[in-house]
This record gives sequence, C-alpha cells and structure tokens, in this order.
Amino acid sequence: MSGEQQPGGELDSLYQEIIVDHVKHPRRRGLHAADELAVLDGTTYETHQLNPTCGDEVTLQLTLDGDTVTDAAWTGRGCMVSQSSASILAEQLPGLTVDEVHERVASFRESMRSRGEVPIDEELLGDAVALEGASRFIARVKCAMLAWVAAEAALAQR
Amino acid sequence: MSGIATAGITSAELTAIRADFPILAETVNGHPLVYLDSGATSQRPRSVLDAELDYVTHRNAAVHRGAHTLAAEATEEFEGARERVAAFIGARPDELVWVSNATEGLNLVAYAIGNASLGRGGEAAKRFALRPGDEILTTELEHHANLIPWQELAARTGATLRVLPIDDEGRLRLDLLDGLLTERTRVFAFSHVSNVLGTVHPVAELAAKAHAVGALVVVDACQSIPHLPVDVKALDVDFVVFSSHKMLGPTGLGGLYGRAELLDALPPFLTGGSMITTVTLESAEFLPPPQKFEAGTQRVSQVVALGTAVDYLAAVGMDRIHAHELELGRRLVEGLQGLDGVRILGPVADVERVGLAAIDTPGIHAHDLGQYLDGLGIAVRVGHHCAQPLHRRLGTTASTRASTYLYTRPEEVDAYLEALPRAIDYFRSLA
Repeated sequence: MSGEQQPGGELDSLYQEIIVDHVKHPRRRGLHAADELAVLDGTTYETHQLNPTCGDEVTLQLTLDGDTVTDAAWTGRGCMVSQSSASILAEQLPGLTVDEVHERVASFRESMRSRGEVPIDEELLGDAVALEGASRFIARVKCAMLAWVAAEAALAQR
Repeated sequence: MSGIATAGITSAELTAIRADFPILAETVNGHPLVYLDSGATSQRPRSVLDAELDYVTHRNAAVHRGAHTLAAEATEEFEGARERVAAFIGARPDELVWVSNATEGLNLVAYAIGNASLGRGGEAAKRFALRPGDEILTTELEHHANLIPWQELAARTGATLRVLPIDDEGRLRLDLLDGLLTERTRVFAFSHVSNVLGTVHPVAELAAKAHAVGALVVVDACQSIPHLPVDVKALDVDFVVFSSHKMLGPTGLGGLYGRAELLDALPPFLTGGSMITTVTLESAEFLPPPQKFEAGTQRVSQVVALGTAVDYLAAVGMDRIHAHELELGRRLVEGLQGLDGVRILGPVADVERVGLAAIDTPGIHAHDLGQYLDGLGIAVRVGHHCAQPLHRRLGTTASTRASTYLYTRPEEVDAYLEALPRAIDYFRSLA
C-alpha cells in the first residue's frame, strides 16, 4: 500500500499560493442588499450557478453602467478551485467593458478546456494564471469555470 | 501475496478473486489503484467481460424474433440470464423486467401508476389509480431517483407526496411511521440500504406496515442486492429495482422485480415494438409481463453478461461477501471514528451498516479531499451522491464516500485511513 507516500507535485500545481490567498481572503465576496444596490451606478444583473455534480455554487451580482462594469459582488460555497476562481474573476471585473469581459471569459475557457495545452494568458487574465493547474484535471474544469459562466449569464440578461 | 483475511473471505481467496478483475492491477497517478468507489460502479471480472465479448462474437442476433439459428441461441441465452438473475433475488423469471437502469425502473413504476390514474389498463389497473387525497410516502434520505419520480407522479395525479424524516444522526424516524402511513397511503418507496449512510433499513418490517394499510411497497435495492443476500419473496415487497453495473455487470442495464399479479395488472410505461400481440391502427394488445414492459430492442449482450456476473457472485456466496464487507465496513468506520476533523455521516452505534461510509470534513471541501486522494491512486466518490435533501438535512452540501466490494482488501481501507489525516493536514497547512 502507499504507506507514507504523498501525492506528486501536480497537487501543489493545483493548490498554488495565489489560490490559497483568494480562498483565505476572498475579494468582493458578499452580495449587496437591495438598498446597497440602489446607490450603485447602473443596473445590476444577478445569476446563480450550480455545479450539479458536486453542489458547488456561485451567485454573482454584476452592475453595468452602459457598457462598463461598475461593480461586481459574489457569494458561494464549494471547493477551493471554484471559490478562488470566483474571487479572482470578481476582482478584475470592475472597469471592464462588456466586450472585454467576453474576451476574458473566452480566453479562460479556451485554456481550461485545453487539458493544459493552452497556457493561461497572464497579461489578460492576471491571477487566473494560478488556475492553470485545474485544466489538467478534467474533473476540476467545471469548478474553475463556475464563476466565469455566471458572468456570461449575467451579461446575457441585459 | 499475503494479506489480511476477513470473516467472509480468506486472504488467499481474496488474492484469487482480485486476479479475476483485470482493472485492479492498474496504476493510477503512479500508485497502485485503491478502488473504493464500488458503490458508484463496481469493477467486472474477466468472466463477465468475456461473456459479453463471446456473445457478440459468436451468437449476436435480435431476440424474440427471427427463426434462424443465431436468433434462437440469442433468445435462449437472454432468457437463460433472466432466469439466473431472477433466481439470484428469489423471483420468478416472469417477474423480472429489464430496464436501462434502476432509475428507469422506478420511473416505470411511477409512470405506469400515472397511466393507470388516467384510466389506462382497464378494470385490473384501477387498483393503482391515484387521485387527489391519495398519498405517496418516501423518506428524507433517498437517492434522487427514488424521490423525483414520486414528486412528478404526485404532480401529475394530484396525490400528495409525504416524507418520512430522519433524525439528526440520519436514522429513519420509525416512531413517526404510524402517523405517516395511513389508509390514504398508496405507495411507500424507500431504499434497502442508504447510498450515502450505508445503513440497512428494516425492509420486511416497513413492508408489513405498508401492506397493513394497503400501500404498494417499492424498494430501491441498488446498494443491497450487490452486497448482501436479498430474497424479494422473503421481504414480501411489491417492486424492487437494482442496477447491473453495481453488481459486477455492465452499464446500461437495470432490473425491476414486480410481484406477478401486479405486473399483470399494471399498464405499460414504454410502448412500441416487441411488447404487443395484436396491433390495429386504433389500438394494441400487449404481451404478458415481462415483455409488456420491454418495448424496443433489448440490451442483450449486457443481460447475458449480468447472468455471468450473478454466477460469479453466487459462486463466491452472498453470505460470505456480506460477511467480508461487514468487516471492511467496521474497519472503515472504526478507523474514521478515530480521525480528527472527520464527521461520519449517519449513525454508527447500534445500527447495521454495509461496507460504505461517507464523511464530512469541516473546512475542507470533499472535492479538494478527493483530489488529494486521487493523487495517491485512491478512488472515492465526492459530492452529494444524488442525495441533496439528505446532505442538506445533515448540514453539508457534499461528502466523501468510500465503498467496498468483495474484491476490496482490508489493506485498501487502511490505505484510505492513513491518507485521510495527511490530506486533512495538507489542506489545513494551506489555510
């Protein structure tokens, strides 16, 4: 039997420092109540995404003034991959245009679906580069994508 | 290879059994596979793999039609397997209906009752008809497959779905049963063994109480028939579903047992080819069961292979498999009880359990835990195991489940128990 052995370095590639940091100190976590939403510039679109296989969930509030994201807030529960990914995305959303959000989601999805073949564009996606490890674990791609799918769904409500 | 014996299976026998399962020699992520996910799907011995290949290589043909030699051989083999699988659960062959999976089996019963409620099936089917005021009873710990079909049936017929609750530990609140099981109850659907808690429910006792008020008894036996001797007649139940791929057989196949007089009276669910006697443009007459419920081309090679799977189980002996797994289950639960940061879902003391246990690891998500274990070649199930209401009731959304089978070595349970605290330490160190 495996005795004192530890899993290989692949595990550390998945649970990188950036991911751990976003889990311990989630950015923009906590949904706005109705009275808080009322004072934001623009219109807020809220979506709830659920990964039916493991029950992980992310709820995202995306506020848009015209074509520009003015605020993002989220809450959720689940594994480290899904929750860090939501924090990483929410942190970078404010200030982006709708087209820029779509561009980032598309780029992230391409890398995530590539089984590690397409590296994450760090210049475009920032901290999301830490999620690259997840693309090598096919069962974890959905975890990583959850919040990004929520952003797309929010935009689709416009 | 020397190893630890159990009350059911000696170490030498276990080595021989494991040699029959080619996949158990696989290496996963650089480690020998430790397969503790048989509750999700079991592995198959070479004899089962060979049976399917041999059938499609030498005798493949459509069954119950055609007069050529292969068609006759295929039909004989298909029905021969039905006889053996029926005997394995104590049923008559004409009481065993093939379905795609246990989920379809439960849907078949629910939809057939729904059809009876719409007046289909004539006089004989009136006994099944549901109307507003009638009640369907299930339990709080069921797999979604034994919950949603009843939710839908209630919605279609106007009947009311009632749920037997569990207590904080996960035990069925049998003290509430008499209040919930009344003359209004028409169907009582429950699992023999919980797919999350591994606890064994007193089927015969529950069935007797249901019958006393005239309710039909539907049992989800997916986690019992593969692991312990089950005699549907001795349990005196009305319908039982089980799954081929959880008992050494192929996927795409499940079984539905129904008491002969009930299958006779029940209207069909799926209709079309192979289930009729006379068809006109206006209507059709149906074959007797089980064919009445087997519309369309059947899964012949899978049925043949399941026949070989039950031969394998019967040759080892279900009593011995049960004893082996009881001991593995005890080893698992006792080991888990001693671990810091681990909460076993379901009762532990004064309860009958199989070789299956799910745990909650507060602060560490099951998916992350499973990832660590996978890195060691240890395959467990993580998630809600198709039982969201149960997980919600027990205060979590996901759990980590280890489950054994006849080929599981005690050392594999130990490997899991040794890896768990290291996994917990790993994630705690990140935090």
